[in-house]
Amino acid sequence: MPEPAVEVRGLTVVRGGRPVLAGLDCTVTAGTVTGLLGPSGSGKTTLMRCVVGVQRISAGAVIVLGQPAGTASLRARVGYVTQAPSVYADLSVRDNLRYLSALVGAARNRIDQVLEQVGLTAHAGTLVRNLSGGECSRASLAGALVGDPTLLVLDEPTVGLDPVLRRDLWALFTDLAEQGTTLLVSSHVMDEARRCHRLLLLREGRLIADDTPDAIRVRAGTDDLDEAFLRLIEATPTEPAVAAPASPGPDPEVTRR
Amino acid sequence: MNPRRTLATAGRVLGQLRHDHRTVALLLVVPCVLQALFKYVFERSPGVFDRVGLPMLGVFPVIAMFLVTVVAMVRERTSGTLERLLTTPLAKLDLLLGYALAFGLLALVQSALVSAVALGLLGLTVQAGVGIVLLVAVINALLGMALGLLLSAFAQTEFQAVQFMPAALLPQLLLCGLLTPRDRMASWLHAISNWMPLSYAVDALVRAGHTSAITASLVFDVVVVLASVLAALALGAATLRRRTA
Repeated sequence: MPEPAVEVRGLTVVRGGRPVLAGLDCTVTAGTVTGLLGPSGSGKTTLMRCVVGVQRISAGAVIVLGQPAGTASLRARVGYVTQAPSVYADLSVRDNLRYLSALVGAARNRIDQVLEQVGLTAHAGTLVRNLSGGECSRASLAGALVGDPTLLVLDEPTVGLDPVLRRDLWALFTDLAEQGTTLLVSSHVMDEARRCHRLLLLREGRLIADDTPDAIRVRAGTDDLDEAFLRLIEATPTEPAVAAPASPGPDPEVTRR
Repeated sequence: MNPRRTLATAGRVLGQLRHDHRTVALLLVVPCVLQALFKYVFERSPGVFDRVGLPMLGVFPVIAMFLVTVVAMVRERTSGTLERLLTTPLAKLDLLLGYALAFGLLALVQSALVSAVALGLLGLTVQAGVGIVLLVAVINALLGMALGLLLSAFAQTEFQAVQFMPAALLPQLLLCGLLTPRDRMASWLHAISNWMPLSYAVDALVRAGHTSAITASLVFDVVVVLASVLAALALGAATLRRRTA
């Protein structure tokens, strides 16, 4: 078993007096696509922020590529794409990438490569503010790819994309993993969860499943991954200390698409 | 610090302005028009424009760069681009210097243009040479930038950011000696004005207008403004946190 790309031990994050992550333990195996799933508010983004080292943590440890998360030398090796596209609206796609590639010291031809990878070659000269929502989030993704990171942390990278683009991006993620990149990808779309090597299912700051998609289906006793998640989520008792909403039902954002 | 990343940042900031022709035009043309207005408003009170015209050359860049920076930084903070930048190898100093370089350059162009209009067309004279005027103007631009950076941390929206302009700059503008010479103000107001960087910037420009020699007091004034820039930048840098709650 290779050394894990990410190792999380006893991770606790408290925000506004409420534990957002409560003593989380998990690992992300190098060279795999790990899916991070769970209802909204379950702590997915917070966990990702911990991995890239921008989240203040209350307890526990996050080790990324053998070093504590947030270590300066990791910044060139970890790519992070936030849920909202973080690109400059008043620059062209190419100028955005040129800037980010200068920050990480990427080769010049790298920009054309990533434009190709995210399917934005035709829009290279377009100002980001004139792009559609899906194009904009792909521009943001390209900004992380340009540095050729060892670990890629993607927060809902396929939101607002049509099925064809979603399929293409997931093919890209699988390709990247085959070439040795580790990907941690959060998603609401169960169809995407199927394509992950491993799944982490979060609920209210706790891990309720950490397994392969197949094993999760077996455990929940259904072939349908969507149904499996609903069963696992509903089978987990709500922790009184963590519970914020009164309703035990699944979050409406976990929908079948 | 890394020169490549600093220059890339400066280039990026200028690139954003390049796509915003209207802002650039406003930044360059409005001060010239205002300067001409000053001249003709005070046409029947000779001496007023001679006294106020030169300090105005230092006031324009503070206001302009404050507004540009505070809005740009609020955008960086709210759009997530700042969070992304802080996950890259970019050092905070590179980011600050990049902004300083870009806006300093813009301020230089702005001041050169306004100075050309004021000295060439409106009959303003500077004994100590236009170089010192441009120097003070650029330092003032950096002062506006540093204050903008600092206050952007306290604004959640661009609306709030813009409202910081009257809050942070108008008191300085009222007390800096532009309306009434500082030594003719009530002593408590004079005392307050002694703690405002813009007072020293205006003093420096007034001195440069009167005497051709670079006097020790002129140098002192410039150094005080420069020190204020560094202090505001240091405080502003402290608001750029890699780790947040």
